[in-house]
Amino acid sequence: MSADRQSVVATLLDAFEGVEPERYEFRERPSWDFQLGGFSLARRDFFRLMGCGVAVFLVARSGAAQESGRAGGGRGGFRGEELPKEISAWLHIGNSGAVTVYTGKVEMGQNIRTSLTQAVAEELRVEPARISLVMGDTDVVPWDMGTFGSRTTPTMNLELRRVASVARDVMVELAARTWNVDGKRLVANNGRVRDRDSGRSIEYAKLAQDQAFSKAVVENDPLTPPADWRIAGQPLPKVDARDFVTGRHRYTPDVVLPGMLHGKVLRAPSFGAQLVSVDLSAAQAMSGVVPVHDGSFVGVAAPSVELAERAVGAIKAKWNEPANEPAHASGGSETSPGSAPPSTASSAHVSEYLKAHVQQGGDEGYGRSSEEKGSVDQALTSAAHRLDATYSIAYIAHAPLEPRAAVAEWKDGKLTVYTGSQRPFAVRDELAEAFHLPANRVRVLIPDTGAAYGGKHTGEAAVEAARLARAANAPVKLVWTREEEFTWAYFRPGGVIEIKAGLTPGGALAAWEFHNYNSGGAGIGTPYEVANQRIQFHDCDSPLRQGSYRGLAATANHFARESHMDDLAHAAGLDPLAFRYQNLKDERLRDVFAAAADKFAWGRSKPATGHGFGIAGGVEKGGYIATCAEVSVDPSTRAVRVLRVVTAFECGAVVNPDGLRNQIMGANVMGLGGGLFEAIQFEKGRILNNHFAQYRVPRFSDVPQIEVVLVNRKDIPSAGAGETPLVGLAPAIGNAIFAATGVRLRSLPMLPSGRIRSA
Amino acid sequence: MSTLKLRINGAERTLEVEPGTTLLSALRDQLGLTGTKYGCGEGQCGACTVLINGKARRSCLTPAASVGTAEIVTIEGLETRGEGEAAGRLHPIQQAFLDEGAFQCAYCTSGMILAAVSFLKENPHPTDAEIVRGMNGNICRCGTYPRIVAAVRRAASGSSGKVQG
Repeated sequence: MSADRQSVVATLLDAFEGVEPERYEFRERPSWDFQLGGFSLARRDFFRLMGCGVAVFLVARSGAAQESGRAGGGRGGFRGEELPKEISAWLHIGNSGAVTVYTGKVEMGQNIRTSLTQAVAEELRVEPARISLVMGDTDVVPWDMGTFGSRTTPTMNLELRRVASVARDVMVELAARTWNVDGKRLVANNGRVRDRDSGRSIEYAKLAQDQAFSKAVVENDPLTPPADWRIAGQPLPKVDARDFVTGRHRYTPDVVLPGMLHGKVLRAPSFGAQLVSVDLSAAQAMSGVVPVHDGSFVGVAAPSVELAERAVGAIKAKWNEPANEPAHASGGSETSPGSAPPSTASSAHVSEYLKAHVQQGGDEGYGRSSEEKGSVDQALTSAAHRLDATYSIAYIAHAPLEPRAAVAEWKDGKLTVYTGSQRPFAVRDELAEAFHLPANRVRVLIPDTGAAYGGKHTGEAAVEAARLARAANAPVKLVWTREEEFTWAYFRPGGVIEIKAGLTPGGALAAWEFHNYNSGGAGIGTPYEVANQRIQFHDCDSPLRQGSYRGLAATANHFARESHMDDLAHAAGLDPLAFRYQNLKDERLRDVFAAAADKFAWGRSKPATGHGFGIAGGVEKGGYIATCAEVSVDPSTRAVRVLRVVTAFECGAVVNPDGLRNQIMGANVMGLGGGLFEAIQFEKGRILNNHFAQYRVPRFSDVPQIEVVLVNRKDIPSAGAGETPLVGLAPAIGNAIFAATGVRLRSLPMLPSGRIRSA
Repeated sequence: MSTLKLRINGAERTLEVEPGTTLLSALRDQLGLTGTKYGCGEGQCGACTVLINGKARRSCLTPAASVGTAEIVTIEGLETRGEGEAAGRLHPIQQAFLDEGAFQCAYCTSGMILAAVSFLKENPHPTDAEIVRGMNGNICRCGTYPRIVAAVRRAASGSSGKVQG
């Protein structure tokens, strides 16, 4: 076992990030710039002992699981001499028969702790209650790129099924050895191996007892097909639900370490502000307070949050604020990426700013992407119906209820940090870089987190807490305030989308030209049949720090595309659903349109006076979605009320229908915010609405009747579902508003005031 | 620093606090009752909701020194206390949240449950519209609202039958 473990350690220690992430998954640079001296520390063992029992490691061939497990090529570079290996999962069955599974994925409300437990239970043939998952602890779990992109279900779920399936075979093999019989007559079920011939059986716990057996496997066994699932596919409740209704679960802000202090960081008055001078003396004079000034970082550690706040308040700092200087010309593209946002940028003029700051250089595929087929210009010119329009997308905030937080401790030259992040290994590397440590001198643990929605890819709070803890020589907890979370996190990118489209006289799409400026390339391609199309993403210099947001740009791109499709249907005099069918071959997408339409009674019922029906859909990240919406518009106030939403979703074989319904319903509620009223307001380097009192998020009273239709395709591998169910809502509502009023709303959010302004 | 005596979850607790310490901070940092959450610090999200004399209150806006001898109940104090068969039994609203799966990340859940306890005491047989109005001060960013409404409805009526959607 020890030799096996050594080779695993060697493979992992060589960790190398060779995977190209999706655009905007984490493009922002870290925000720290410490000037610490070099720190040379000896490596320590990467793993703790697992204890006696049986361990199975899954060594997947490169490419089988690019996100989970590291991609090919170590530090020396992959030259093709041997297959690069990656460890993507491991599982341990201990003396008591308890099953522990180690994964780099993290739980943040999307319910994968439960769905992954089901996957293991299914293949290992044990009850879910015997299984526990160790997630996101960088000292003991396999390297993982992060939990994003709806990748857990298509990758990690599959990996864990594989490793569990091998573990089941190991149990059978051990039983065969114990009884000295042919393994073929043995069958594993409910945590036991049974001999079909003699009827005797033995528990996994007995088989694992005092063993030191390990197995590393490259390829997987045949897995149980979804049609035969008995535990996977069931609506298993959240495995640790009781801890959440009793307050026992410890999120990062709830972690307490002995002798722990509380941290507070001095924030700049505006984005891009440079620290000119700082006077710590008043803070220094406070008993128990440790002030820190390092580069542009200023903060304190203190025995209580209240004292830390007072101490930071007493620090005198002078700042140079470029964002507050008189405005220069807004045109041109002199601004380099990552530089201070120019004073001219404001939420009132996002579209103009982005169009004026398109990045010119760069290779296609990173800064820009482009796809073209047919003769778009000619087809547009000769189209029977022609429709051009521009859409705009506001910057919005993730606003997870648990703000960024971290608890950091230095001990024996090793840094340990608890934090809520989607990317434990990236945060580990960020810490290692910030403090000049080898990666194995940093341990990051991710307690199940109070949500992220794409907003927690980075390790700001972790780095800040670690810096304070080093100065204080004591553990430090740092919890960002809501205001800090709204200001110093990153945002969903704003954007501009321009579409030109043409139809044949019969209502077939003849030409489709689609340009997205800044909001991103996810979901940019059209699922409809168009012979002549040009689709381009244009990278821009962002006036705000921007990054991933649940669904990425698929929300923006679906809003624009499906709004435009609705307009085209009306131009052609066709029913919006019939028009989509006419231009759509993709059977899976047609099926979800049909499922949503059927539940909604599209075409069978007519809207009441002042009401409107809308439909929209699409495919992204392996998930197929169609959403129908009904709205009412008050004839005098023009106030819009969303009354009913039906969303049909298909993501292959459903792993947990209860968790899936919860995700789809939640995605619709979240989509309501960005669709109708959420927008970050900014000016002169400041966020103007950095409180829940000014930044409105959906509440109970905003929620319509939401019906979810699951299309369960047991013949298709499971895809993720955390993001795509969000993308149909805004265009479905916009299309319903158009049906009710004839007014087309082309900006997200559509109704910041709750009312239609123009007639 | 000043010394305070607070009545929390049926017990008297003594603590030393800085001037201006909120009840939220006292509970979390002084007494280790971390089930009560910080969400915004300005009474907008409800994550910090506790019961003071049976009524839902924002602990983030309540100075610890202002509570006096009032009875405070946090999420840790909802289960049946003491010895005996019923000890550790969940409050019917906690059970209803479990039965409806009325959470995702669950960071809002403590506050939601305490808001619901207070709301149902005032209005034991609410309509759905009344539940929405009564709970509207609490944010669930994951958007689990329909299930939370169903959980409150279930706790009110003792009914069964899980909401679909």
